[in-house]
Amino acid sequence: MTIVPALDLFVAGVVLVVAVWTVAVRNTSSAVVGFVAYGLLLALVWVRLGAPDVALTEAAIGSGLTGALLIGAAARLRAGESTVAAERPGVPVRLLIAALATVVAAAIAGVLLSLPDPAPTLAPEATANAGATGLGNPITNVLMAFRAMDTMLEKVVLLLAVLGIWSLSPDAAWGGRPHLPHRAEPDAALEFLARVLTPVGVVLGIAVLWVSADHPGGAFQGATILAAMWLLVLMAGLGEVPDIGRRRLRLALVVGPAVFLTIGLGGLVVSGAFLSYPQGFAKPLILAIEFAMILTVATTLGLLVAGPPVAGPPAAGSAAAGSPARRAAP
Amino acid sequence: MSEVLVFGLCAAVVAGLGLYGAIVDPRPLRKILGFNLLGSGVFLFFGVVARRGAAAGFPGDPVPQALVITGIVVAFSATALAVTLLLRFFETTGSSSLRDGAAADGARDTAES
Amino acid sequence: MAVPVSGPGSTEGGALLVLAIVIPVAAALLGFAAGGRRTERIALGALPIGLTVAVLIAAAVPPASAVPLTDGVLTYLLGGWAPPLGVALRADGLSAVMLVIAAVVVCAVGVFARADFAIADGAAETRAPFAFWILLPMIWAGLNTVFLAGDLFTLYVALEILTFAAVPLVCLDGRGETLQAALRYLLFALLGSVLYLAGTVLLYGAYGTLDIVLLSQRVAVAPAPLVAGALMTVGLLAKTALVPLHLWLPPAHAGAPPAGSALLSALVVKGSFFIVVRLWFDVMPGLPSVAATQMLSTLGAAAIVLGSVVALRQERLKLLIAYSTLAQIGYLFLLFGLAFDVDSAAMQKGDALAGGMLQAMSHATAKAAMFMAAGSIYVAMGHDRIAALAGAGRRVPVAVLAFALGGVALAGLPPGGAYLAKELLLGAAARTGQWWWAVVIQAGGAFTGAYLLLVLARVLAPPDRAAAGDVDTHHGRVAWYPQAAALVLAMVSLSLGLVDWSAWLPIPPGARLAASVVDTLAAAVWPVLAGGVLAVLIGRWTTPSGGRLARAVATLGPLRRGGIALGENVCRGDAFLRRWPMAGVSLLALAVAFGAALWTGR
Repeated sequence: MTIVPALDLFVAGVVLVVAVWTVAVRNTSSAVVGFVAYGLLLALVWVRLGAPDVALTEAAIGSGLTGALLIGAAARLRAGESTVAAERPGVPVRLLIAALATVVAAAIAGVLLSLPDPAPTLAPEATANAGATGLGNPITNVLMAFRAMDTMLEKVVLLLAVLGIWSLSPDAAWGGRPHLPHRAEPDAALEFLARVLTPVGVVLGIAVLWVSADHPGGAFQGATILAAMWLLVLMAGLGEVPDIGRRRLRLALVVGPAVFLTIGLGGLVVSGAFLSYPQGFAKPLILAIEFAMILTVATTLGLLVAGPPVAGPPAAGSAAAGSPARRAAP
Repeated sequence: MSEVLVFGLCAAVVAGLGLYGAIVDPRPLRKILGFNLLGSGVFLFFGVVARRGAAAGFPGDPVPQALVITGIVVAFSATALAVTLLLRFFETTGSSSLRDGAAADGARDTAES
Repeated sequence: MAVPVSGPGSTEGGALLVLAIVIPVAAALLGFAAGGRRTERIALGALPIGLTVAVLIAAAVPPASAVPLTDGVLTYLLGGWAPPLGVALRADGLSAVMLVIAAVVVCAVGVFARADFAIADGAAETRAPFAFWILLPMIWAGLNTVFLAGDLFTLYVALEILTFAAVPLVCLDGRGETLQAALRYLLFALLGSVLYLAGTVLLYGAYGTLDIVLLSQRVAVAPAPLVAGALMTVGLLAKTALVPLHLWLPPAHAGAPPAGSALLSALVVKGSFFIVVRLWFDVMPGLPSVAATQMLSTLGAAAIVLGSVVALRQERLKLLIAYSTLAQIGYLFLLFGLAFDVDSAAMQKGDALAGGMLQAMSHATAKAAMFMAAGSIYVAMGHDRIAALAGAGRRVPVAVLAFALGGVALAGLPPGGAYLAKELLLGAAARTGQWWWAVVIQAGGAFTGAYLLLVLARVLAPPDRAAAGDVDTHHGRVAWYPQAAALVLAMVSLSLGLVDWSAWLPIPPGARLAASVVDTLAAAVWPVLAGGVLAVLIGRWTTPSGGRLARAVATLGPLRRGGIALGENVCRGDAFLRRWPMAGVSLLALAVAFGAALWTGR
């Protein structure tokens, strides 16, 4: 056995061990730490699979932001955990579920072995049509041109998640600001995460933005890392989340999909197809969309972690403060 | 291409583990963790599919890779929504149990009366 | 722009498909940015525009509904990119009718919701109305994308839009029990969507495309599509809440505000149902087997019995309607067993599919009407305990009329769409010699008649003097327009049977309402009579005291006791199935069973 397959086997083994730990460990905070570690390992796997863009996303979102979210929640839920944990089904039911889950996993593994060789791929088609956009990054071409509709709709999903979270606030808090539970309870794991992630995140963020300037395609990952930095600042108590009623915040949340839609409709008028770009203008237009999206995505991701508003709007002139219509200053 | 086989099987096992965790553990936060494991297993499988499609100078088929990026973002927003909902539920009722509460379930009222 | 065309290009009028998705999305974005009163105005302003677009699409779809999805349908290539690299939007007859029905229901719900979520001029923005007026167009955008997307991954994103917009609706009032209902809904629905996504991943691995038309040309019997088909089907069933995967539906649909319940019951569950139809009829028409299709229909039959019996035992009106939705979802899945053609071993687009889609349309309109009417009744009476609803007919007569007409339409009485649907399904059962589904179909109508009679007997009764005292204090006034919105929807449902659908649905020409007066009368009388018997035997009602009626009931004694015992046992079974571990076992077991059933079909 050569060194590379052995390495693959080793990484896969560690990934599985950490995954089992995440499911099996009793304490939920430990499980979350396990999940964060799992996510970082997975990022390694993505690099190995030739997908550095996915690796960045996985590390930043799948591991970092999800971890931040879950660790905070685990701490707040600790009080009621033991009574709920006692509702675990008995051994026969657990065995039955384990057996059924094994069959499903085995079926998926079996499909892997049955997939056709050579594998069907769209890589040649993506190369052949890369010239239409003038972008170097094939993944950006897929996200912004070939399958732009999915990307636009995904931004709608993000906005919906923010709205859903806000809708869970108490009525009195509407228009107020979310409150990150910093310093509410010293949590060693959170502190550790913040210490480790800050330098890593800053370096990564700069690197991704650098790549974006040279080679468009890092907008999304760059936004993620910016959001992570924003959150760390918030968690360290150095800043506050803005009021959710504030017009500028609302605009930041919709500008990404709105610019996307507008340019898409422009394509319908100018070059005859929704979400198409006129010849020669593809690159600047895509850059414009990406710029708007960086703002929207970074704000959205931060707000998804920040949670619903908990305190009411500022007391002075409370009726006006709650109404973004009144403070509109276009 | 040993990584295809190794990580493909790894993905299947992770998906199975996630399914088990999401169903068996009664704690909603652990269900959310299970959902994330299951999702990452599915994404990883997609990454393996992309790797198999390496061609035309690309280390992998860019279409699945792009779809995975979209998928990770959707999964994260789902996690954020679920966690917020769970915290609000816990703070409102003092419990995070998904079992039918007396007030939450009309069918049980029926069975008792 | 150079486009590598490997399929048909965009057709004339294809841009309408873009508008059907873009208009509600734009309304939601604008409403979010504008805030306050303007959020409501923007959402309401989008309603007539979206309805017009839906009607235009229905008019533009070429009358070629019985052909495969490939030929002659309205197509739009997004960005000019043809599949497999790009994504196409397509509208066939099925998409067209669902688009129109969804638009009609959304418009009616919008009018109805102005009573609950109106924002006064100049008042501060408040939480629930702001959320509702964005969630409404978002649900619409998700549905329209489901009906039009030609790509399995775009469908996944659309499903997530639907789920993310539906869950906050459930707990808009912020009470603990609705928060729990929303959490259960979200967690189970997320499991469903990941299973669906897993299937799409396997299909891409095997065929290198996610386009429905290209897949339909490439899918052959192999492990990948079999496993994918099983996982996707089960994931979608979890989102549709087909028994036994229904743990989340009753509390979620009963706990939401009435406008939300109407959207959830009428439309949201139809989204995932529609994708099951797409999957089985368009993506892999040659893959299903006798075993797999009979399994789906059996689950449907179980849903009809369980949902109906539990509905008959409910104390609260909204829960009764929610359980009725469970039963009606089951009705939809009967079409799979009836549409499988044994000779060609493939799904056939014919009378059974047309009947199922008509049932979906009738249920969407009728159920929305019933939930909205129940909302008005709740406001007028201050509660929705069925036993204490006497006098509702005098307080909110229009709402009660809407409830009655919606129920009549749903029970399959002529000239409702459900009646035509029943005729088509019965015809398919007779043609294929599957008499057992005919029994189930008739039973479904009778059960619907039963719980309708049970409710009407109370709400039409004169006000109860004794109970009036303590209830009176909670009376609210109900404006005319929410009641009128419900009534219009009920009338739509009741007149769907009068339309000639052959331009959109694969109906054999000439299949219309029953020819003779005698047939029509029999069709009208049978569900009412049988329903009456079921209501008397199983329903929840108190024995009248004294008089001839009491003696009549006394003679029924043993039968009635048996009926109640049956009802209680079904309720217990329902509570058992709705426990999370049981639902999980059902989910996995069904995935394995569907895989095996598809496999044995070879």
